[in-house]
Amino acid sequence: MSIRVENIQRSFGAFKALDGVTLDFPTGELVALLGPSGCGKTTLLRIIAGLDFADSGRILLDGEDASSTHVRERKVGFVFQHYALFRHMTVFENVAFGLRVKRKGRPLDKVIRAKVTELLKLVQLDWLADRYPAQLSGGQRQRIALARALAVGPSVLLLDEPFGALDAKVRKELRRWLRRLHDELHITSIFVTHDQEEALELADRVVVMNRGKVEQVGAAEDVYSNPATPFVYEFLGAVNEFRGNVVGEGLQVGTDVIPQVGRGYGNGQQVVGFARPHELDIVVDHANTNVGVPARVNRILSFGPVARIELSRLNGGGETTEQQFEVQLPAQRLAELQLTTGQAVRLLSSRLRLFDQGSVK
Amino acid sequence: MPGVRSPRVLPGFGLSVGFTVFYLSLIVLVPLSAVFIKSAELSPAEFWSVVTAPRVMASYRLSFGASLLAAAINVVFGLLLAWSLVRYSFPGKRIVDALIDLPFALPTAVAGIALTAIYAGNGIVGQYLEPLGIKVAYTPLGVVVALIFIGVPFVVRTVQPVLEDLDVEFEEAAASLGATRWQTVRRVVLPMLAPALLTGFAMAFARAVGEYGSVIFIAGNMPMVSEITPLIIITKLEQYDYVGATAVAAVMLIVSFALLLIINGLQAWTARNNRSGR
Repeated sequence: MSIRVENIQRSFGAFKALDGVTLDFPTGELVALLGPSGCGKTTLLRIIAGLDFADSGRILLDGEDASSTHVRERKVGFVFQHYALFRHMTVFENVAFGLRVKRKGRPLDKVIRAKVTELLKLVQLDWLADRYPAQLSGGQRQRIALARALAVGPSVLLLDEPFGALDAKVRKELRRWLRRLHDELHITSIFVTHDQEEALELADRVVVMNRGKVEQVGAAEDVYSNPATPFVYEFLGAVNEFRGNVVGEGLQVGTDVIPQVGRGYGNGQQVVGFARPHELDIVVDHANTNVGVPARVNRILSFGPVARIELSRLNGGGETTEQQFEVQLPAQRLAELQLTTGQAVRLLSSRLRLFDQGSVK
Repeated sequence: MPGVRSPRVLPGFGLSVGFTVFYLSLIVLVPLSAVFIKSAELSPAEFWSVVTAPRVMASYRLSFGASLLAAAINVVFGLLLAWSLVRYSFPGKRIVDALIDLPFALPTAVAGIALTAIYAGNGIVGQYLEPLGIKVAYTPLGVVVALIFIGVPFVVRTVQPVLEDLDVEFEEAAASLGATRWQTVRRVVLPMLAPALLTGFAMAFARAVGEYGSVIFIAGNMPMVSEITPLIIITKLEQYDYVGATAVAAVMLIVSFALLLIINGLQAWTARNNRSGR
């Protein structure tokens, strides 16, 4: 089922949870709603499910207006962050619940039994059928919650921070497992997360939200490598920030210059340049130049194939300032540089993403 | 290993258990056993004839019957009250919340007099009920009304915290699976509340069985009709029939204990798989 939300507004008192959100979710895709807490992603998911209602705007399910349809009639499977398994029922009865409460055409007991067993096999937990939720681990509970949601044959699967309450290792396993499951079933799915790694790894498309608005929509690699706004850039990974003016093809930061191609910005324009840690390089022999931003090495973390170096920016007088940088270098490059803690160096960037200073908070 | 005491994290186990047993004996068990010791002065045949006298039998039926009925009514309406207080916000909610506790605090005799004044044939409510053929004061119905009054806080106060902890997510999950509101309440909410409801029932019932002050005013105390067992005991005491009084009291104790045991068993059974699902 395809989903379209049109110009959704939702306020809680004075707080605008959603401010004019319009989005399309094509059939069969796995889409992530990504954003910091309070950005409105869960509210949007609940409005799509019918657990909450928009102040204005429309929800179209397969092209039909479902804005006022009750959650019961929407044919959505909803998976809660804290599973919401019925604790007085066995795993089997939990999964069977949706089939047992059907009023029209309730399946025979035999059919229910077969269907539930099939679903429990799908989530690889058929051996737990007679247990109670309290006897399961978190990961098992979430899989049962998913099986329960699938039992009613939903045309949309909505997952609210499905792995949020699990520990890192289980989260990673379940992530892979959910992706495989989606590739098998091809149900249109939307999941909410605040974990950018989870969104980028799992989803076909990522919707980045902030303060009730959509910041960017796109494929994972697209959103990661071409962030449309400073917010998206900062939210998707570690960031080094350089404020300055465009001078010719370079960016002048204080009295120093980072040589690079200024894309679409005129001379003298005030901009902020962003660079990921791996996009920065360190130069040591900088004697009397103003090429590169001066900084002092604070810490070198050299385990693994990639070394991380933390630095503080130096001002014109050679004193350290509060601004911090993080650089990632291949171990080999680090060995060439022979850096030591406390050393003064200069930072260069192989790639800077420029934004108007006005658009950065 | 024999001879080696396993260390305990919490110290003072022996002392605290010893004190608990001693205190419970002093406050509860010793007075209760006195009831049995005193009533043992009767021969089994005498005992039997005292506790099965027709007037006493009628009082058991009223006391236990009215108490069970009142507790059952309190479970229904106490749940409703608790539900409104937990799930909705409305003006004056805190006042309503405070009012619930009043039957705890009010001297029961005052409650009895107030109820009698209202429900008597010429009372504020009674004058409208009487033409309809409904007599409340000085009838078993009056006893039930008084027992409902004193029992309602027990149900509300046991259900309320459990309801507060019951996440709306469970109801949302049920609705998203296609359950109607009624199916959700019957299959999800009520089973999850069952242990608390049974506890509230047991407490309201226990209180009602032991209630004296509020009932004797409104009951009218007609032998065979509206006389409760505690009143029979008091009457016997006033006639210096201590042995007879304790014999009836012993029966009351045994029946109450048996009923509470059954309710607690039910409660434990429903609570068994009702642990937190998180």
